[in-house]
Parts: sequence; structure tokens; C-alpha cells
Amino acid sequence: MALSKSRKLLVLLAVLVVVHVVFLFVRPTGASAARSPSDVNVGIVFDLGGRGDKSFNDGAYVGGTRAERELGARVRFIEPGDGSDRESGLRLLAAEGMDLVIGVGFIFTDDLTQLAKDYPRTNFAGIDFAVATDPAGNPIAPPPNVAALKFREEQGSFLVGALAALESKTKKLGFVGGMDSPLIVKFEAGYRAGVKEVCPQCTVLVGYAGVTPEAFRNPGKGKELALSQYGQGADIIYHASGSTGLGVFEAARQTGHLAIGVDADQYAEAPGHVLTSMVKGVDEAVFDVIKLVKEHRFRGGIYQLGLAEHGVGYVYDAQNRGLIPDSVRSRLEALRGEIVAGRIYVPSTR
Amino acid sequence: MMPTPGAPAIRLTDIHKSFGPVRANRGASLEVMRGEIHALVGENGAGKSTLMRALSGMYAPDSGRMEVADADGILHEVTGWSTAEAIAAGVGMVHQHFMLVSTLTVAENLMLGAELTKDGALRVLDTARAAREVDALSQRTGLRVNALQRVSELSVGEAQRVEILKALYRGARTLILDEPTAVLSPPEVAELWQVLRHMRARGETIVLITHKLDEVMSISDTVTVMRHGRTTARLRTADTTPPEIAREMVGRDVVLATEMRQDAAMAGEGWAVARDGESVAPASDARSLGTSSFPLPALEVRVLAVGNARRTRAVDDVSFSISPGEILGVAGVEGNGQTELIEAIAGFRQVRSGSILLDHRDITHTAVRARGQAGLSHIPEDRHARGLVLDYSIAENLILGQQHRFARGGFLNTLDGDRIADNARRQIAAFDIRPNDPTLPARALSGGNQQKIVVAREMGRDFRVLLAAQPTRGVDVGAIEFIHAQLRGARDAGKAILLVSADLAEILALSDRVAVMYGGRFVVVLPRAQASESVLGPYMTGAEEAA
Amino acid sequence: MSSSGEVAREASIRSQTAPRSGAVWIRLEESLLPSLVALLVAAIVGDILIVVFGQSPGAVYRLLLEGTWGNSYGFGQVLYKATTLTFTGLAIAFALRAGLFNIGAESQLAAGGFAAATVGLALPPGLPWIATLPVYVAAAALGGGIVGGTAGVLKARFGAHEVITTIMLNFVVLALLSYLTAAHLNVPETLHTTEIRSGALPRFSDFFASFHGSAVNVVLLLAVLACAGAWWYLFHTRRGFELRAVGLQPEAAEYGGVRPGVVWTRAMAISGAIAGLGGLNFVLGYKHYYEEGFAGGAGFLGIAVALVGGTHPLGAALAALLFATISQGGLAVNALVPKQFVEVLQAVVIIAVAVSVPEVRRMIRAQRKRA
Repeated sequence: MALSKSRKLLVLLAVLVVVHVVFLFVRPTGASAARSPSDVNVGIVFDLGGRGDKSFNDGAYVGGTRAERELGARVRFIEPGDGSDRESGLRLLAAEGMDLVIGVGFIFTDDLTQLAKDYPRTNFAGIDFAVATDPAGNPIAPPPNVAALKFREEQGSFLVGALAALESKTKKLGFVGGMDSPLIVKFEAGYRAGVKEVCPQCTVLVGYAGVTPEAFRNPGKGKELALSQYGQGADIIYHASGSTGLGVFEAARQTGHLAIGVDADQYAEAPGHVLTSMVKGVDEAVFDVIKLVKEHRFRGGIYQLGLAEHGVGYVYDAQNRGLIPDSVRSRLEALRGEIVAGRIYVPSTR
Repeated sequence: MMPTPGAPAIRLTDIHKSFGPVRANRGASLEVMRGEIHALVGENGAGKSTLMRALSGMYAPDSGRMEVADADGILHEVTGWSTAEAIAAGVGMVHQHFMLVSTLTVAENLMLGAELTKDGALRVLDTARAAREVDALSQRTGLRVNALQRVSELSVGEAQRVEILKALYRGARTLILDEPTAVLSPPEVAELWQVLRHMRARGETIVLITHKLDEVMSISDTVTVMRHGRTTARLRTADTTPPEIAREMVGRDVVLATEMRQDAAMAGEGWAVARDGESVAPASDARSLGTSSFPLPALEVRVLAVGNARRTRAVDDVSFSISPGEILGVAGVEGNGQTELIEAIAGFRQVRSGSILLDHRDITHTAVRARGQAGLSHIPEDRHARGLVLDYSIAENLILGQQHRFARGGFLNTLDGDRIADNARRQIAAFDIRPNDPTLPARALSGGNQQKIVVAREMGRDFRVLLAAQPTRGVDVGAIEFIHAQLRGARDAGKAILLVSADLAEILALSDRVAVMYGGRFVVVLPRAQASESVLGPYMTGAEEAA
Repeated sequence: MSSSGEVAREASIRSQTAPRSGAVWIRLEESLLPSLVALLVAAIVGDILIVVFGQSPGAVYRLLLEGTWGNSYGFGQVLYKATTLTFTGLAIAFALRAGLFNIGAESQLAAGGFAAATVGLALPPGLPWIATLPVYVAAAALGGGIVGGTAGVLKARFGAHEVITTIMLNFVVLALLSYLTAAHLNVPETLHTTEIRSGALPRFSDFFASFHGSAVNVVLLLAVLACAGAWWYLFHTRRGFELRAVGLQPEAAEYGGVRPGVVWTRAMAISGAIAGLGGLNFVLGYKHYYEEGFAGGAGFLGIAVALVGGTHPLGAALAALLFATISQGGLAVNALVPKQFVEVLQAVVIIAVAVSVPEVRRMIRAQRKRA
């Protein structure tokens, strides 16, 4: 005599309940071991991309873990699931009484501004925090407990521009931007200035993938632009275009030319074809701001992180050393010194 | 129990099977002897198919004993087996809806699941050998097929032969056929009977599920009757009569007059002609007088051409008119344009040329809803696809197409639940729809009662012209009787009816005039008095083109 | 003789309808059990994942509940997320009732939000929300409705499959909105428009202080109204009757005098309008500006909401609460398990429900047959 279908389901349900309840009492060794209290408690909320983006979020993670190691800080990371989780994540961390809460990415700007008002005694920091301007064009200072960590991308771009011009045989260079916007124009302007500094007769070909954020996610368009620039005689292309740049690397590999990466070390995208990368020191910035909090020196305000502050730089390591002769390297370091000393001014607009 | 030659091949005892609240079998028993053709009859929903599906391994019965004889004739008990096990034990079932892969050949379909392969690591399919085996089997059984033809190119009758072959190919000694004639034309039926007799002569056992009593009488040795999930009688065909079987099926004494008409409806030509001659005579007279005296035919179709997916002229310049109080029967093998004709008149198939007039108003290009409001009712040929929304309740189905009449006005057009319920109660009572719970989904009803919903909806309101396409297909005896009475009543009340049926007996039983449709044309139109199966047959097969 | 036959028949009819008293319980059991089994299976898969991550399932689930239903801020966030999901889930369920798979809820949601924002930017600042709400509702419904209706028209007129067209419209519409925002409306260095200064909707925290900080706002009430309205429309109006008939059996509906093309167009327009209303939750209830990408994921999660909710308006609301809880809970337990835990859990819920709930199975089969 077979059981009726719903009786069978009832039995199955009972079995499942038992299994679930048993699981609730499973306690793997080392589970949620209480962490030792620390005098610096830090919360970091990633952007939607989350860990593994090989760029900002990973940089913030590296900075945070280094702070745990070297400063004894206790760092909690939150990966949001959707847009409203950004504020929610910040709020959860602030409510837990963190000494410092960091939002990774300009998209956190409004959320941080809001939270800073709700939690005036908590310190906040925003990577790439977008500083608003008044109608006259002057920057409006963020709330006093918010550190706006901005990078002087034009300075890093200046150095890779100089490097590209020194390495170029055709005296033609390329630039591929993502969305045509003031943020990316900073990269272009610094790059152009760097090229002109060491090679006044060099020309720079410029292309943008579009005028919407979609332009940062369009490798096909990136490849098209890069192939066109290589076709016109450019032999090195610098991109500042998010994942659109993957198309630039693809074009470099296909035509046997060189490309320059951005934000993080992108050598692995096309080994042998990546001359260097203009890196933003998100890890340094995160580490430094945590250090400021630990040392009770934290102040709100706008932090412009340039070459002097190790906020930007270029990659020179075992992988690409062979592509960069020592003479070129020393010329670049000399330029760096000039900029840090203020003897060279790098423009950030066209 | 009466003596039956041979030993039992199948013995089912006290089988029970429920689907949720529906008790399909409640104590059904069946004994089938080796080498006989055993008819299993009953109204739709009596539990015939359920019982046979249990035997063929598709469902496990809730309780009861199933015994099947092996090749040596020894009975073994089986409990809730699978179709594969049933096939292995020599029980094969041919379903109403064919289970063939239309893009494969006949031989490939037969091999499916038991593929022949060549020796070697690759196990390449040996299609040549399969074709040879199919040919040999075809010769042995008299089931003629072309092993290399694609199933999609077969006629319905041929596809059915392939299904039978498939069962035999896998070693079936007992063959169950579920309503095999529902889809066949008269010549194809005759051919099927020949095949079955041939198989019986070779000692194979056949169970034939049917509700057509003429089939029972002409082919079976023994009859088991089912009613409400139980087996109610086991009779020797030679010792019984159609009225007796009908009584067992319906479960009540049938009044003589009704019984006669019922016989006419379901039985072969002889009865139909005799009965019909009497019952339709007055109306026929009225019509023959009226053809000229009715200036306005209720439905008029003028040189109508309609296309379908394959042919641009599935209906090829057909013209006819039907007067109030007349039934025009359209006979013909299915697929000769009847469906397209009905759909064009009903309004869901584009007309290529020609016109359709209802009460002299041109409705050729009006919407379905407008045609309904103009007085057109329609019993569609496929109640499962068109006639009913199977997941809608009986009450909801009873307003399908008339939902406007049950909506309160205003922006929201809220449906008036009370009036819908009232309507349902009235129609359920008037048309004896069972079960009588208006909230049950149409899906839960037997075929006959489903069709009664359609009939109630289409005929239980004011209308001028009725399109009745296959109105009794797959419907039990009691419901056939009822639907035929409704059609006659409507005709007598002055309605014009276009009746399309694949069942020639039905056409002859009801029509005042008979048209035969072949290749998209009306090849002949005859007054009922001049029509008979022998006269119409050649037109139906296209052997005779006329007029 | 015949009268006794009558009696017998009466009796048999009664015996067929007799087991009614237990029927309610049976029906309840049959409809609830499969869902419960599915949810438990999902919970157990979650258990296994948590153990794999080296944590204790008991602790993680406790934290998850505490972070969602356990405090008013978390609960408010659950309600906020459920609001958007209710709109997209309801939109998809509504279209499914007409037999249409609306994959485009994401772009319809974005279009609704964008339309509301555009209207809001044009309105004089400082108007009270009660006065402006009807305008915003109309704008959002129109924005989403146009996008949805386009897919409906393409299907009705040209037979283009709605799955293809709604996916394509996602790309087209999101790119277009992105362009309009970036090129004409945005605040420099951000992805959003300037702030709308008229008719910002009150948050629950304005009435109940304990919700402080949570974005849940009066659009939640609109979502409840939308569910009730959709339910009434589907099950109590003539057009709903026709719409469901088209969804179940288009041929039978056509037979019943319904033109499926008209119903498809109308159903997609309404579906799009419902999704579009969801845009108000973010644009007017939360941030007071349109932000590029705010709709991300809500369209696809809406499919899950519609399926798990059995394509019933009430079911969609409950399923939206479930998925919102998982989503917000994922944030709360993020310290112990990575975000992927939540994504896997959501996927397992969807699969388990799809496999075990008969209605969903039947619907998926019907879809496949039609596609």
C-alpha cells in the first residue's frame, strides 16, 4: 500500500526539518572565533564589483589587511548586493561603533555625506570621493568627519606619458578613454603633458569609447579604437577605460604593440605587451587613513594624493623591467622629483 | 461466469486508483483470455483508460491484484510496475495520442529505446538491419508500412499502424488499443479490423478500449462494461445486443424511443438509415418546401477560399447556404479543409476571397465577438484547445465568449459573480453536467461532460446559426444521445446548423442535406434521402469527383 | 424502476462531491507542502555552504534573522528592498498570467524611475508630496508602460517573441537612459541627476522613529495597493478573465472573442507600468534623484519573485519579502560568509521552488511549449 503523495511530502518535510536542526548545532572548529578587541576598529564597504575586481576593491582589501597586520587594527569588510546596500552597509558599520568607516568608490559620495550627519562622532573616508562644487566652481568641503581621498591621476599619467614618448619609435602615441568626462580628461591631460615634456614633436591620438558609463564596459569598442590608433602609426597606447581596456590589450597582443594599463598592475592581461600601468595607491591610501585614525590625527577634508603622497605611480618591477632601460627609468625618476618639488605643474584639464 | 475458450492472459482483481479527490477506479476487475479480442467499454470517465494504464505500467494502482500470463500461460502477480517491465512481460499499449518522433523514420521510431547497433567500439546504429526487421514484422502481421518513411509523412492510419508495430516489435503478446478508431476514416477502420483479426488468428490477445457499440459488435469476442470506475458486466458479444450493453454503460433503463435514436447515433449505417428516415422526415419536408420560400438563408457562404500553413487554398471556392431549421452535414476524411472552413466562418482564420453572410449581413471580416453577438454559436472541434480553458472552472467556462454579458459596466468591468454562479447552476441543471460543482476545473471532468459544458454554453443562449464541429468526438453514449437531441431540437426550433463530423453515421443520422468535402471543395451535395455510406464513400476518398 | 435509478444517480453524485469537508485542508496541504519542502532544501544547502565556509549554521542564521526581522532598522531595509521587488515580481507575474515572459522589468523599472525624475526636476520646488504623488505615479507608470508596451506591440504585430524583445529593450533603454543622464542631467563626477526638490515622499522613519536611517517609505503602501489592484483585475474583471484565458490557452481565448494580440499588448503595457512604479521607491522615496544603474538586478530577481510567488499577486508580495530578507540578511552575515553565499542561496530557492511546486512546473512547461 503506497503512501499518498502528500503523506510522502509530509515525511520528507519532517526529515528535512531534522537535518536542518542538526546542522544548526554544527560548530566547525575555529568558527567565528572572537577576535581580540582592538583600539582601531575599521569597516570597509566595497562597491558592487566587490572583491576580485583586481582594482579598487582589491586595493582597499590589501590596505585593510595590511593595517590589521601592521597596526593591529580590526577591519570588517562588507560586500553590498544592490545599490541600497551601500548606505545600509555603511550604516551597519557605523552603528557597530567603528572608529572609521570607508566607502570604496565615488558612488559612495552621497551616502557618506548623509551618514556623516547621522553619526557625527564616527570618522568616514571615501575613496575617489566626488567633491561638489558651488555655482562659482569652488569646491564645497565635505562634512568635518569625512576625509575625501582623491588621487592626482594626472601626475601618474604624466609619468607614463613621458615613458611612452621615450620608448616610442614612431613618435606617435595613443590614448583610449572610457566615458568622455572630466574624470577621464584628467588622465588624458596628464598623459599629453608627459609626452610633450620629453618629446615635443610627438603626436597623441585620442579616442573615447562613448559618453555614458557603458563606455567603461565595452571591450569591443576598446579594441576597435586601439586597432585604429595602431593602424595610424601609434606604437604605444595608454588606456583609462575600465574593462573597455581589455580590448586595448587584445589589440596590442594581436598587432604586437605595447599598451599601458591603469588603476592596478594590468601586466597579466597581456604579458609582454604591457609596458607599465599607472597605478592608484588605493591600498596606501586606505592604510594611511587607518594609521591617521590610530594616531588620533584624523581630520576631515579633501586629501589630494599625488606622487608626493605615493597616491599614484607607475609599475616598475621584475616583470616589465626588461621593457624599460635604466636610462629611461632614471629620466622618469628625475621628472617625478621635479613634480614633487613643484617645478613641473601637471594640468588636469584639456 | 460464462465459459470462455483459452486460458486467461490478464486478470485484474478489485483495482482501485484515485487522482486526488477523483476516484477513477474503485473496484474494477477484468479477465482477458488468450487469443481473444476483448472490448472494454464504458462512458468517458468510467475509468477504462486508467485501468489499462495501470496494466501497462503508467500508474501504480492504489490497491488490487494484477496478474499477467507469461509466454507459457502461467499467471504471475505484478505490483505497480513500470512501462519497461510491462513491455518485457508482453503487455503493450497504443495510446490515443501517438508517441512517435515525427522527424525520424518508421524504423528509427521502432528502434527507439532498443537500438540495434553494429559490432565495434563505436556502436554505430544499424539502420539497414532495423529496416529489414521492420519489413519482416510488417509482412508477418499484415501491418503494411514503409520502414524508411519519415513519420511526419504518414497519414494518421499509418502512424497508428506504426504504433501497433512498435508494441509488437518489443514482443507484446497482449496489445491494448485506446480508442483506435477515433482518428480513422471508414476504410482505415476496416483495414484495422482486418489486422486485428489477423493477430487474433495468430494467438495474440487484444484489449480494445472503445465507447462505440458498433465496433464492439463487429470485432470483439467478449465485452467488459465499466461504469463509475467499476466493472459492471462481462458479456459474450455473440449473446448480447447493443441496447443491453448501453444499459450497462449508462446504468439505467433507456426509454425505447431514446434508445432507438441512440442506436442510430452510435451504430452503423443500417440502423442510421432506418432510424433517421423516420425521425428527420418532418423537418426534411419543411426544408424542402422552404428552400425557395425562405428568401433569407441564415448562413450563406459564397465562393469562399481559405488558406492554411501548407496550402494557399485549403478551402477552395466553397459556396453553400443553410436555411433556418436545417442541418447541413459536411462529411469527409479529416484534413480536407473542414477545419479551415469552420475557422473561417467562426472568424479566427483569414479569408482569402469570397464572403460569409449571417442573416444577410456580411460578417466576412468582423471580429469573433461581433459574430457571436450577431447570432453565431460554435462548438469547436477541439474542445481541449479551443472549446474550453481547462484550468478554468465550469462556471467560468460557461461564460467564455460571453464574458461581456456578465460584466458590470464601468471602467473596471468587474465580473458579476452572482450572475455567473446563477448561469452555471442553470446550465449545469439543464444540460446535466456532472459533477455538478461549478467551481471544479473543466480539466477534472470526463470528456462527455466537458463537451456538455461547450454545448450548454453555445446552445443555452439565443443564437441563429450553429457551427457544430465533431460535436460528439470522444464523448460517451449518454452524452452523444443528449447532444444529438439538442441538435435536433435546435433545428426544429428554426436554427441553422452546419455540422462537420468525421463520423459518417452521425452525419447521416442528423443532416437534412449532406455535403462531402474533399481537397478543399464540396464535391457533392445531396439531400439526405439520396445519401448513404455507399454513395458517399467514393466521394470521400476522392475516387469520384462530381457535380 | 426509473425513480430508483434517479435515486441511485443522486447518491453517486453526492458521493462524488461528499469529501468536501476535508478538501480545504487537503488543498492547503497540497499548495503549502511543496513550497515548505523547497525552502527547507534551500536552508539545508545553505547549512552545507556555511559549514564549508568554516562557520556555524546556527550562528549565521541567528545573525541573519537578527539583522533583518530582529531590529527595526533591518526590518525597514527588508521592507524597502521588498518594495522594489514586489513591483518587479508583480509585473512579471502579471505578464506570466497572460502567458508572457517579461525579462525586461529591469529597464521598465529604470524607465519609470527616470520618467518620474524628469518630471520631478521640471516641477517647481517645495510642492507637498500629496499633491505631486499622482503626477509621479502617472509618469512612472507611463515610462515603464511604454517600454513594456513596445514589447507587447512587437509581439502582437510582428510575432516577435517577448523574451527576445524585452532582453533587447533592456540594452536599448538602459543605454538610452544612461546617455540622457550622462549627457544632459548628471551632476559632474557622479552618475545621478540633480536633486528633485518637490514631492519627496515621507519615509516610515518620519512617523516611527525606530525606523531611523532606513529607506522604507510610503511607496511600500503603493506596492500593497498595486498587488490588490492586480489581484482584482486578474480575478474579478472581464479583462482579467480574458487575460488569464489568453495565458492558459490562447486558442480558446480567441474562440471566446478575445484578440490575443490586444491582450498581449495591454498586458505588457500594464506589466511595464507596474515595474515602472517600482522606480518611485528609489527615486522619490530614497535618494530623490535618478541614478544610473539603480535598477540593477531587481528585474532578474523579480523573475524569481514571480515564480516563487506562484504568479499570484499575494504570493509575489510574500516572495518579495523572502528575497528581501535573504538580501538584507546577507549584508548582516557578511562578516562571517562572503556575499556569494546569498547569491547561491537565492539561486537554490529558485531552483528548489521551480522543481517542487507543481504550478511553477506546469507554467515552465507551458512556456517551453509556446517558445
